[in-house]
Amino acid sequence: MRVLRQLLGLLGELLITAGAFLLLFVGWQLWWTDVVADADAGAVVTQLQTDPNAWVQPDQVKLGDAFAIVRIPRFGADFARPLYEGTTREVLQRGIGHYSGTQLPGEVGNFAMAGHRTTYGKAFNLIATLQPGDVVLVETKDTYFVYRVTGHEIVAPTHTSVLLPVPDQPEARATEARLTMTSCHPEFSARERYVAFATLDARYPRSQGVPASVLEVER
Amino acid sequence: MSFYGWLWRILPGPTPAKVIGALILLVAVIAALFTWVFPAIAPLMPFNETTVE
Repeated sequence: MRVLRQLLGLLGELLITAGAFLLLFVGWQLWWTDVVADADAGAVVTQLQTDPNAWVQPDQVKLGDAFAIVRIPRFGADFARPLYEGTTREVLQRGIGHYSGTQLPGEVGNFAMAGHRTTYGKAFNLIATLQPGDVVLVETKDTYFVYRVTGHEIVAPTHTSVLLPVPDQPEARATEARLTMTSCHPEFSARERYVAFATLDARYPRSQGVPASVLEVER
Repeated sequence: MSFYGWLWRILPGPTPAKVIGALILLVAVIAALFTWVFPAIAPLMPFNETTVE
């Protein structure tokens, strides 16, 4: 009996430890990954804003390097995230990634990017709040590109044709400069993808800046 | 036979010192989990399946 009681005590300790381990993992995933990614993204944006030498031309960027700042007024007046080249796990853990092989900002075709819906800074957490006409402002070394949201769809993760030069139309030849944003859907799941579409509305030299009206949001 | 009981016994000093020692160990374990263990196992979770090939 004594041996059994001792073994049960040890099992209890093990289970309590396992429970604490799982709770800590949830806390790490839901909270700490945001803390780390937000601090990192803030530092990269600050560096781009203060150091002219930190910028690379979009067509010369290497995997994992930041080459633009993405602002989406609907997500908040101070929402500004770096855009990195590539959509590897490591890139997306730092912020928004540009699908390599899709067009660059401002180009005719489809400039596509991905961001986390939850955790790791959750850059696209509010993607489902985007409304037609909302601005997505992309700042590169020389140019501000103003995209305006046109619509969205919810698709299976395998539905990669949303990234085609003309989304969902493999045969079509692109005549418009589009932007496609993808994120996980529903929140806290990877079952589907929420995809928001936008088209290029205007461009301004970076030295000139953008009109204040661009950053206003209709409530 | 108890892991935490054994840990408490081998922590040096009087009770206040044992409490501090236990806290230091706890913080060290959590730091190791946050820094190495959780980032390593997170990609294995189904909700972190971000890429499509």
